Amino acid sequence: MTVEITEEPKGVHGMGHKIRRKEDIRFLLGKGNYVDDIKLPGMVYLAFVRSPYAHAKIKSINVEKAKTLPGVIDIITGKELEKVGLAWIPTLMGDKMMVLPTDKVVYQGQEVVAVIAEDRYKAYDAASLIEVEYEPLEPVTDPKKALEQSSPIVRPDKNTNLVFKWEAGNKEETDKLFKEADVVVSQGFYYQRLHVAYMEPVGSIAHYDPVSGKLTIWMTSQAPHVVRTVFSLVTKIPENKIRIISPDIGGGFGGKVYVYPGYVVSAHASIKLGRPVKWIATRSEDMRSTAFARDYHIHGEIAAKKDGTILALRIKVISDHGAFFGDANPSKFSAGLFSICTGSYDIKAAHVEVVGAHTNKPPGGIAYRCSFRVTEAAYAIERLVDILAHELGMDPAELRLKNFIPPEKFPYKSALGWTYDSGNYAAALKKAMDKIGYWELRKEQEEKRKRGELMGIGISSFTEIVGAGPADLFDIVGIKMFESAEIRIHPTGKVIARFGTRAQGQGHETTYAQIISEILGIPVEDIIIEEGDTDTCPYGLGTYASRSTPTAGAAAAVSAKKILDKAKKIAAHLLEAREEDIVYEKGRFYVKGSPDKFKTIQDVALAAYTNPPPGIEAGLEAITYYNPPNMTFPFGSYICVVDIDKGTGQIKVRKFVAVDDCGNIINPVIVDGQIMGALTMSFGTAFLEEIRYDENGNIYGGSFAEYMIPTAIETPKWELDKTITPSPHHPLGAKGVDESATVGSPAAFVNAVVDALWHLGVRHIDMPLWPWKIWQILKEKGAVSDE
Amino acid sequence: MLVRPGEKVKVKVKVNGIWYEKEVEPRKLLVHFIREDIGLTGTKIGCDTSTCGACTIIMNGKSVKSCTLFAFQANGAEITTIEGIGDSKLHPIQEAFKDNFALQCGYCTPGMIMQTYFLLKTNPNPTEEEIKDGLHGNICRCTGYQNIIKAVKDAAGRMR
Repeated sequence: MTVEITEEPKGVHGMGHKIRRKEDIRFLLGKGNYVDDIKLPGMVYLAFVRSPYAHAKIKSINVEKAKTLPGVIDIITGKELEKVGLAWIPTLMGDKMMVLPTDKVVYQGQEVVAVIAEDRYKAYDAASLIEVEYEPLEPVTDPKKALEQSSPIVRPDKNTNLVFKWEAGNKEETDKLFKEADVVVSQGFYYQRLHVAYMEPVGSIAHYDPVSGKLTIWMTSQAPHVVRTVFSLVTKIPENKIRIISPDIGGGFGGKVYVYPGYVVSAHASIKLGRPVKWIATRSEDMRSTAFARDYHIHGEIAAKKDGTILALRIKVISDHGAFFGDANPSKFSAGLFSICTGSYDIKAAHVEVVGAHTNKPPGGIAYRCSFRVTEAAYAIERLVDILAHELGMDPAELRLKNFIPPEKFPYKSALGWTYDSGNYAAALKKAMDKIGYWELRKEQEEKRKRGELMGIGISSFTEIVGAGPADLFDIVGIKMFESAEIRIHPTGKVIARFGTRAQGQGHETTYAQIISEILGIPVEDIIIEEGDTDTCPYGLGTYASRSTPTAGAAAAVSAKKILDKAKKIAAHLLEAREEDIVYEKGRFYVKGSPDKFKTIQDVALAAYTNPPPGIEAGLEAITYYNPPNMTFPFGSYICVVDIDKGTGQIKVRKFVAVDDCGNIINPVIVDGQIMGALTMSFGTAFLEEIRYDENGNIYGGSFAEYMIPTAIETPKWELDKTITPSPHHPLGAKGVDESATVGSPAAFVNAVVDALWHLGVRHIDMPLWPWKIWQILKEKGAVSDE
Repeated sequence: MLVRPGEKVKVKVKVNGIWYEKEVEPRKLLVHFIREDIGLTGTKIGCDTSTCGACTIIMNGKSVKSCTLFAFQANGAEITTIEGIGDSKLHPIQEAFKDNFALQCGYCTPGMIMQTYFLLKTNPNPTEEEIKDGLHGNICRCTGYQNIIKAVKDAAGRMR
């Protein structure tokens, strides 16, 4: 099925309708309920003393002055946590992380001592009075150096900085094709370290009730259920006595999957003190200590025939994970789903190798708005293909069209083992080319080049892999990556549906309601969606990696269909007919041939409680733990046009067309919002944002004053369009969309800039493409203009 | 103003039409005063460098970042926060934000709306460039601004 997009709701607001978001009213009125908005009686505040060094031994900690400060309640060190087995906790990747250090610090900004005080000002006052004596050790901040024999070792519990070595593909076959190739293109890329920079900094409030023994934690978490299980296993508190509530979350983008020391220390402190303990990171603390993204040193090679036919792909990566391996990848995938790097192309053989290294930096490698390293993979292949086109003197669009996996080859088994569900890559690229006027732009570029003007056109035809995932392959700490949806229809036909996911801006309260409305014919306004409370919601793995629609959306559809099955039985009873004679159409049941005499879903709901048929249980509800049969593979083609100022190196994104295909669409305006937001983030990636460290491990870019997030001024205008290729295995034919643009667009930006400069002998420039970098290159090439 | 260590100062402010009088530490930021002492948590804190604008409020007719002022600097001032612009129903700006899908996670929204409120008070009919310029002190990480700009234009129309 392909869903039709409609402007106005037709009474029942199902799939494809542009309905307003149900969650917006509270946010618009300032009545959102984020962690820092919650105030409990007797609540106290937690602040951290943080390490100024990237690598240092802790010689002593003197808390005497701080202790005597009025308003200070408690001071907690790593030694104290060690006694209760909480100085170290497991990460979601099977590594360990320090909560508070006992002997040495391993990155700048690391939490060292916690102070609890009556208010947040006093907590920071006391923190400033704590004297920590350090003996600085030699740090290592370059992952390549970290893997050398002579490197300092980051971790006190390991004798190597090697985190993992992971490979995929057929090496022999790949090597053979490389030998046979007419052309081999190779290029190094550094995908810089980024911070997701959600607007709401991380935080928690832990509230331990000594009478019931229940620990409630309000937490900025994208995955409250898994965090609860880990907390229970680590603390030995029974899982039903831990309640994690993720209230409204001010953006997550992958950064709020990680378990932060503040969560753990606030919980420990609340249990110890019997009072609610609030911890909220300041922005600068958040930027300096919470999980980072990317930091991939990629070396890619692509082998092709003279006519542009791509034969094989070889990629080697060194990934920087900082001090702890803190990704939230599915367990079997140390390098996430980087093996999607063959992208949209029919490539015979490929081999990928990723080596992870520890460095003296905060833990990194989270899936920043991408399904586990898919962003890095798409960037590598889309840059390589572009360089290949330029080397061969072929048009980058034509080279892509020549090598796309053709629509008739789906389901398509990639060289690295994935089975792509559906795709029509040429259709998306051609649509983007038509929309932007590609060939006219090429003509314009040629003319401009003659006049010495710098204009570039960049394409990226990406393929994603989202919706983790099938239970045989995907788990996090052993828990299979299913997703849940529970729908309850009450006697008057009103619905509460609860999910294991947790939105952070994606609009689940609207889209899930639309899914239920589509199937059950109940108006969206009669459906309340709840998420993020481990006491009330069914267990789920959470929201990240574009998995909510592919997994929880599917679970909702399956639950709704289960309800429909029972509803038909009840309707048959009410209409005094046989079940097989009952016809169902959008919220109405009738006997075949007499559509005028019908019972509504609301009538059925009432009967489910007041007049259930004999032999049928009362009530009308269903729960599903959905195990997806495969991943979904959204795709798209983006085209970017840039003009470069030869005097300043300033780049202007003149035009950007994004054609996305995420299968069937639930709410088209929400989908477009996701795409525009992700495009803007990636514009930041390509042109503005980077977290850097000097050789001593000092951070650059560790606050909002230094980390350049796009504002309304810089952000270009995005022009969006769609093709629709439904997923054959998803109950609604949907695929997931949140991350397509972060995956797809960085290469489009860089390809455009390099395209503008290729004739000057420029082959690659690492992001961010700051004007001074461009200006320096222009200067080197003798192309700076003084005009 | 001179205060001894530990001494509090009296602050009297009119917030959303109601006068509040409280004793606070002189170093207390206005945003903490509004959120914690008055209990109006609609105003958000997104950074600590006066960059993001999540804490934007209207003080004496001008938009200010309330994390950049001490509470005592607001003594005698009239303040409007996100809770104060609608009159028990959505203000036209809030309506326009809703109808144009100009928010996602909602965290920047109060600041964005307050800045829009100020912008449209001073320039009831802004061009696209003027809107971008007017909002460039407010960061949104979700929407990509395009729908916010649409919403501001729409709100301007509704308010004329």
